[in-house]
Amino acid sequence: MNFGFTEEQELLRAEVRKFLDQNASLDRVREIVEAPDSPRTEPALWARMAELGWVGLNMPEEHGGVGLDLETTLVVLEETGRSLFPSPLISTVIAGKAIERFGSAEQQARWLPGLADGSKIGTFAFLERSDAMGPEGVETLAKPDGDELVLSGEKLFVSDAALADLFVVAVRSGSDAQSISLVVVEKGTSGAAASSFDVMDLTKSVGKLSLEEARVGVDCVLGTQGAAWPATQWLLDLGAALVTAEAVGSAEAALSITTEFAKERVQFGEQIGKFQGVKHPLAEIYVDVESFRSLVYYAVWAIDQDADDAQVAVSRAKAYCSDAFPQAGIMGVQLHGGVGYTWEYDIQMYLKRSKWVRPMFGDADYHYERVARLGDL
Amino acid sequence: MDFQLSEEEEAFRNEVRGFLDDNLPESHERTPDFLTNWSKQIRERRWVGFSWPKDVGGGGGSIMEQVILKDEMAQRKAPSLGSCFMGLAWVGPAIIQYGTEAQKQKYVPDILDGKYQWCTGYSEPDSGSDLASLKCKCERDGDDYVVNGQKIWTSIAMWSKMMILLVRTDQASESKHDGITCLLVPMDTKGIDVRPIKNMSGGEMFAEVFFDNVRVPVENRLGEEGEGWKVTISALASERSSIAEVHGLIRKIDEVKNLARGTIRAGRVMSEDPGIRRRIAQAETKIEAMRLNGMRFLTKQLKGEPLGSETSINKLHRADLEVGLGELALEILGSSATLMEGSEPTVDGGAWAKYSLNWPEVVIGGGTPNIQKNIISERMLGLPKD
Ligand SMILES: Cc1cc2nc3c(=O)[nH]c(=O)nc-3n(C[C@H](O)[C@H](O)[C@H](O)COP(=O)(O)OP(=O)(O)OC[C@H]3O[C@@H](n4cnc5c(N)ncnc54)[C@H](O)[C@@H]3O)c2cc1C
Repeated sequence: MNFGFTEEQELLRAEVRKFLDQNASLDRVREIVEAPDSPRTEPALWARMAELGWVGLNMPEEHGGVGLDLETTLVVLEETGRSLFPSPLISTVIAGKAIERFGSAEQQARWLPGLADGSKIGTFAFLERSDAMGPEGVETLAKPDGDELVLSGEKLFVSDAALADLFVVAVRSGSDAQSISLVVVEKGTSGAAASSFDVMDLTKSVGKLSLEEARVGVDCVLGTQGAAWPATQWLLDLGAALVTAEAVGSAEAALSITTEFAKERVQFGEQIGKFQGVKHPLAEIYVDVESFRSLVYYAVWAIDQDADDAQVAVSRAKAYCSDAFPQAGIMGVQLHGGVGYTWEYDIQMYLKRSKWVRPMFGDADYHYERVARLGDL
Repeated sequence: MDFQLSEEEEAFRNEVRGFLDDNLPESHERTPDFLTNWSKQIRERRWVGFSWPKDVGGGGGSIMEQVILKDEMAQRKAPSLGSCFMGLAWVGPAIIQYGTEAQKQKYVPDILDGKYQWCTGYSEPDSGSDLASLKCKCERDGDDYVVNGQKIWTSIAMWSKMMILLVRTDQASESKHDGITCLLVPMDTKGIDVRPIKNMSGGEMFAEVFFDNVRVPVENRLGEEGEGWKVTISALASERSSIAEVHGLIRKIDEVKNLARGTIRAGRVMSEDPGIRRRIAQAETKIEAMRLNGMRFLTKQLKGEPLGSETSINKLHRADLEVGLGELALEILGSSATLMEGSEPTVDGGAWAKYSLNWPEVVIGGGTPNIQKNIISERMLGLPKD
């Protein structure tokens, strides 16, 4: 029994942390994302991470990946979360998994090597204007035309849209509620245009994908046309788990930054960390972070193993996190006093990250309702 | 991550399951005869005090085996392993660690056999959370100690044969933690006066205990004079896993869900109320977090790393849930929630009303949430002591 990590995984964690400390300190991260027209990532660093194998960590070896489990990716994400490292890692992992799990051997050979070696960035495009997490939210139409599909619609809140080379897109293939297909749309496809939004969290890139009679071959359909709702649901769960894993690192860092501040700041002749009005909220954040950490460790394992309770495990983790991390962000700023409100202090960056995390792949309302439903209520 | 058991662990689990299949009837079929027989059998298998060393009569079970045993027992709602609650939880471990050979022989077998109850005389009227400030006075007189003072909130004092007692032997010690001594005291000693206290549920479960020139032989001292703090607090720390608590809470949340499904108010089934659904899901999630936190603590122990104060995490969750589940049940019930046994519109004989008054035992009795938060912020986060 080991509900923790292997020695190799702990070594990897140390390596990633060292790499990020050296190459992506918060000052450096600010430089990257605050630059005019920043792509909200640093291509050179991304390439080096890919070289080190951290992008293709869980992708199959035969396609250039390292072939490890998702838990190992979780270890990397905890670290990128801690340092708010701006990169399309989560998006690319989801796209890779979609192709590995639901694509044919040909499709895998076509797309996975580029994702694994970092030369291609992938992402998953699901949400639309309704912001609905169910199949009813997918209105983008896929009309068959010979051995092509004609796609029309608009995908919103697409992570790393402006960076992505390929999009795994959920589209509607029929009027049946669950008649959903997953298609791969490559950048440059005529009729497909990606752009980015102005996001509160500067360390994340979010945008949209417009599809105006964009044509893709049927060989770009992952799995069976019109029967991909379970696969789509699985990808949404994977996304929720990965976002929560990264949030563990971010929330832990927010706690640690605020705790260190509370040890240094003196008022009424005392370190403010001596006051219970300060130390108790910090203890509460600690309890929460450790708890959604446990929940997401299990969730990632359950997804990777196709465990029976994978769905409810993911929902528990994301629900808990979606409430607790934003609270930690707010408390973090509040406990800093005036300096917490400044651009200069780092805590605000974590507050903004928490706001990005909250709705990603379902907020607490959505996931707690799912926990209730899956628990026979 | 790896949830696989080793071959031996798997074999042990099958042994426990086989035993339960053969010997444990459904809850409603458990007669007093069954209980007597059950107690004998689990004792013979050394599953009472399973974690204790074999040479004192324990089972010498590994950490993982203890978890398996507790888990299987709890899942099947088996009766508790042994009946001497405080003896098994902390008195026994303290005696095993600090007791003389004679003390071990005298007390440990009786604890395992559940011959009589022990009670815990730590808290005093002016020393609760700040336990180390305790004042109950103790002076040496020849081969005896003479105790004068008062304890309070002593659970089941009136039904106990023995007490583990903390007294102050050195009034002038520099640190308040020094100068405390631990004594093992027969409750029928002359000069002990037990006065039950009625709690807010109307029951009498704890008591005030007065000591008037109570003579306790020096051989009844546990550990050295002045080391009572170490002797008792380290023993309290042996109470670690939250498995039994988690199973208890799972049972409770299942009952709350059934209550919601079966309660119709203003024409609406309460399990369809979005607010109720969310709170049930939140409680369930918190219970699962406790279970998984416990698995992480267990993993740490299995790797041979010492457990620190992180176990306070689950104490805080549990405190929250003990209060929260009762409140949730009462809100589901609405007006009938306030009725106690006997009135016609009560649900489940007023069981939920009663349950909703039980939480102080957990929430106050085991160190209050404020104290747990102090522990976490000081020991886990390194913030200054207040
Ligand atoms: C059902 C039950 C059974 C019990 N059984 C036993 C038993 O068998 N043996 C035994 O010895 N004792 C027993 N106790 C006593 C229990 O350990 C104490 O009640 C507990 O330690 C709190 O002490 P107190 O009641 O004096 O409250 P106090 O310590 O006076 O606390 C009052 C309030 O002040 C808060 N507070 C105190 N200090 C601080 C601080 N530093 N920072 C922030 N807040 C603080 C507390 O959180 C609490 O809310 C039992 C209690 C209960 C309720």
